[in-house]
Amino acid sequence: MSNFSSRRRDALVLALLLSSAASLAWAGEPPEIKLAIRNHRFVPAELAVPANTKIKLIVVNEDPTPEEFESHELNREKVVTGRGTIPVYVGPLKPGRYPFFGDFHSDTAQGALIAK
Amino acid sequence: MLAIWILVFREVLEAAMIVSIVAAATRGVAGRWRWIGSGLALGVAGAGVVAACAERLAAAMSGMGQEWFNASVLLAATAMIGWHVVWMARHGRALAAEAGRFGADVSSGRRPMTALMIVVAIAVLREGSEVVLFGYGMFAGGSASGDLFTGGVLGLLSGVAMGVAMYAGLLRIPMKHFFRATNGLLILLAAGLAAAAAGFLVQADVLPALADPLWDSSWLLTDDAWLGRTLHALVGYSAQPTGMQVLFYACVVALLSGGARLAAPRPAHAGAVATPST
Repeated sequence: MSNFSSRRRDALVLALLLSSAASLAWAGEPPEIKLAIRNHRFVPAELAVPANTKIKLIVVNEDPTPEEFESHELNREKVVTGRGTIPVYVGPLKPGRYPFFGDFHSDTAQGALIAK
Repeated sequence: MLAIWILVFREVLEAAMIVSIVAAATRGVAGRWRWIGSGLALGVAGAGVVAACAERLAAAMSGMGQEWFNASVLLAATAMIGWHVVWMARHGRALAAEAGRFGADVSSGRRPMTALMIVVAIAVLREGSEVVLFGYGMFAGGSASGDLFTGGVLGLLSGVAMGVAMYAGLLRIPMKHFFRATNGLLILLAAGLAAAAAGFLVQADVLPALADPLWDSSWLLTDDAWLGRTLHALVGYSAQPTGMQVLFYACVVALLSGGARLAAPRPAHAGAVATPST
């Protein structure tokens, strides 16, 4: 009997842990911030984002041609197809400026996140 | 045209560095060019397929399909190199002892050439699919097809030329150290690929970054510089790596060099070949 109840207690503890982990994950669902690509440029070219918190960039490519969202400072590299949309998780970032660029049109597609 | 040339050159360069290491490491193996050639062909075909499926790939796994795909193929390449490195540690030493003689025993049938073919194919597929997407975008965006063609061919040729130069350089490594050196390069290459895979898993929010970045050596060498790019392709250099990437890198180096040591023939035998002068 004691074996059974201890097992049940373990199960309960596990369930509590799992649910709290899940709720933490939900509470942490990052805010979405939109960034557009238009005529091979980022709009806006400088995007203010909250510092010290994870965010979800939604990169919307309004051009018909593919682009690659890339940033060495953010350690991100992701292709966005023509008229496509991609999510990019970023951060938590310390306050500062984090440049990014479009690898397929790097002469015009330059931008930066300003974390503050 | 210059933009096309530079982008194609950059992507080809990365793949060419990997192929040149594989080519050097298989020096003397009968039929190796057939294996490497098959890898190149598979990679080119795969690049076309990946580029054509880019949209579906991007939408997969709730928008994280690209990250999962890249991480998977990079880890597969790491595993293939690992297999080859450990196999060579087990069987290659006897060959190294026969100073200067290669290949006789290491027939393509016994050596895991399939593993290296897959590595070549994955390298070409990853860089090639970007070239295809970029080229398609330029074409659809109204770039002159003549410019596109010239830039692409120049990029390809200059990238291949760098690969050939790298290969020629590797062949100059003295015979005595050749196996050790190419195996070492393969281990660092595998570690770099694993670190890149870790980068994609962090990007997909599957793994924590641990520290982002762990260090910043961009004051010394940026990722954009040609040397930075080359070292990235060869040994996985990154100016601002995350902690998770460094952890993956270190684990693969430890695992493969440890595995190679464990797989090596018994010391009695190794000692007998290692002391020919006494």
